[in-house]
Amino acid sequence: MECMIAKPSKGAAGKTGLWRTFKPIYHPERCNLCQLCWLYCPENVIDVSEDGITIDYEYCKGCGICAKICVKNAIEMVREEET
Amino acid sequence: MRKILTGNYAVAEAVKLADVEFIAAYPITPQTTIVERLAEMVERGELNAEFVRVESEHSALAAVYGASAGGLRAFTATSSHGLLYMYEMCWWVANSRLPVVMAVVTRTIGPPWNIHTEHTDILTLRDTGWIIAMSENAQEALDLTLLGFKIAEQVNLPFAIGLDGFQVSHTAEVVDVPESLDGFLPKRERFFVIEPGNPITVGGLTENECSMTIRKEMAKDMERVGELVRNSGYVRDYDLVEEYRMEDAEYVVISMGAWCGDMKDAIDILREKGVQIGMLRLRFVRPFPKEFVEKLDCKVLVVDRNYSVGLGGIIATEVKSIANCDVHGIVAGLGGVDVGVDDFVSMFRKFVRGELKGWWP
Amino acid sequence: MLEVMILSFGGQGGVTAARILAIAALNEGKFAQAIPQFGAERRGALVRSYLRISDRPIRRHSSIKDPDVVAIFSEKILGIVDVSAETVVINSKEPKIKGRVYYVDASSIALDLGLISAGWPIVNTAMAGAMARVFGFSIESLKKAIGETFSGKLAELNVKAAEKAYREVKEWNA
Repeated sequence: MECMIAKPSKGAAGKTGLWRTFKPIYHPERCNLCQLCWLYCPENVIDVSEDGITIDYEYCKGCGICAKICVKNAIEMVREEET
Repeated sequence: MRKILTGNYAVAEAVKLADVEFIAAYPITPQTTIVERLAEMVERGELNAEFVRVESEHSALAAVYGASAGGLRAFTATSSHGLLYMYEMCWWVANSRLPVVMAVVTRTIGPPWNIHTEHTDILTLRDTGWIIAMSENAQEALDLTLLGFKIAEQVNLPFAIGLDGFQVSHTAEVVDVPESLDGFLPKRERFFVIEPGNPITVGGLTENECSMTIRKEMAKDMERVGELVRNSGYVRDYDLVEEYRMEDAEYVVISMGAWCGDMKDAIDILREKGVQIGMLRLRFVRPFPKEFVEKLDCKVLVVDRNYSVGLGGIIATEVKSIANCDVHGIVAGLGGVDVGVDDFVSMFRKFVRGELKGWWP
Repeated sequence: MLEVMILSFGGQGGVTAARILAIAALNEGKFAQAIPQFGAERRGALVRSYLRISDRPIRRHSSIKDPDVVAIFSEKILGIVDVSAETVVINSKEPKIKGRVYYVDASSIALDLGLISAGWPIVNTAMAGAMARVFGFSIESLKKAIGETFSGKLAELNVKAAEKAYREVKEWNA
């Protein structure tokens, strides 16, 4: 029954970053490190440190939830080809 | 030690002997006295199990699913409408290969409301992947429950043990209760382990092929059950069937459950009159004892206490798909209608004369 | 095989009497089966309980239609049911019925011992005493069975009731 048992692992569905149309761009000067983006990211691709956040673009699907939830407008969604 | 026990109390004794660690159940007549007795045992400290009271049968089997997936030896019991209410979880338990043991005290499915025995309820399990056994008396109810834990944990398939509502569940009779099991039930070996720090998902969405693989693997393990039953090492010998006075039988009756005792008494009466008749009693419905039916070379009567509307008696239909000889099916005793020794004598006589129809009476 | 039908009113203890006698039969080295009436057990309703006793294992599980013995826990039941059996055991001072009839005043025995529940004498152990005597059981087998069914003071009183009925049960000469 091995086929029925799944273990959590990074990128089980491939490099989902390829799906992205809009890319979240981080503006550290506006960020107050509230961590709401980290909490709300459905893909768990945001890491937080004392210096700010980092986004794993290999797996970020570009859903934009982080930008919507950010009260400081520290994340901006930009068309992929414009970045 | 020989005691006077009802079938339900015999099942409870077996659960206690098996050192079950988790019980969840919802009361329904005629099952209730099993879990009532188990609750008393837990309360008195005779059984070191977690007893979870739930709000429905669906929840009961869901709780048992979780406990069994977590590695515990788990038990539940139900009847009729309760079984139907937990039906979805029955499939989850089977496909997840969890060795849960469940007593099904057979009862007619309503409407009209009816608390008496009929086997249609337990037979709704027949496609799920549960091993299905059916006891004839309180002794077998106890033995098959113990055997159930052993076999279920060997093949990682759940095990349902049927006992006729009231006729076995509430009838007090002589039962030989083992003093101890002497290592008959070793600690459960697990197919997979769910534990903190090592998360896994069981049964999530995956490739279509997985569904086929799962059922094929289950079928393979189900086929091992007969051999494991014969070599279980239990204090009494068991097989998938009981063959009664079959040696030179020209006529063979196939049936299951409590009324097979009445049938044996009827067969003895007819044997005295020179009728060469015997019985193949199904102790297991899944796996179906194909090898015993295949080799029959005589006239066969299947007496079904169940009915599939639009086709006929369920066991007769299954026997006909396997047997290499004439098979006649009759449906009797639905809704707990009493059928006793005298009825069987005259039913079998009519069968021998070729005058039997499809319904009794 | 001996087949017995117990006729009682719900609450008189017919089901318990059958259970006790099955245990007593086991103590006698016999096989036994006690079957309660299924479904309609309730206080005041007519309840049938069945008892089978045999030297060999009992295989059948159907109800008893033609009993060898009928035990009647209240004379009022005679007004509701037609009783036909070779042997009758009845709770009565003076049964006035035909056939092979054994009688004992189980109500007075229970009342004298204070075996009363909600205004009714509980006659099960007294009637079990009378039946055990008719079946040829030893009083010891019955006392042991009562001891396994009840505990403490209640066991003591019920043993007394059974012993008294076992002694006092008589055949009615019509």
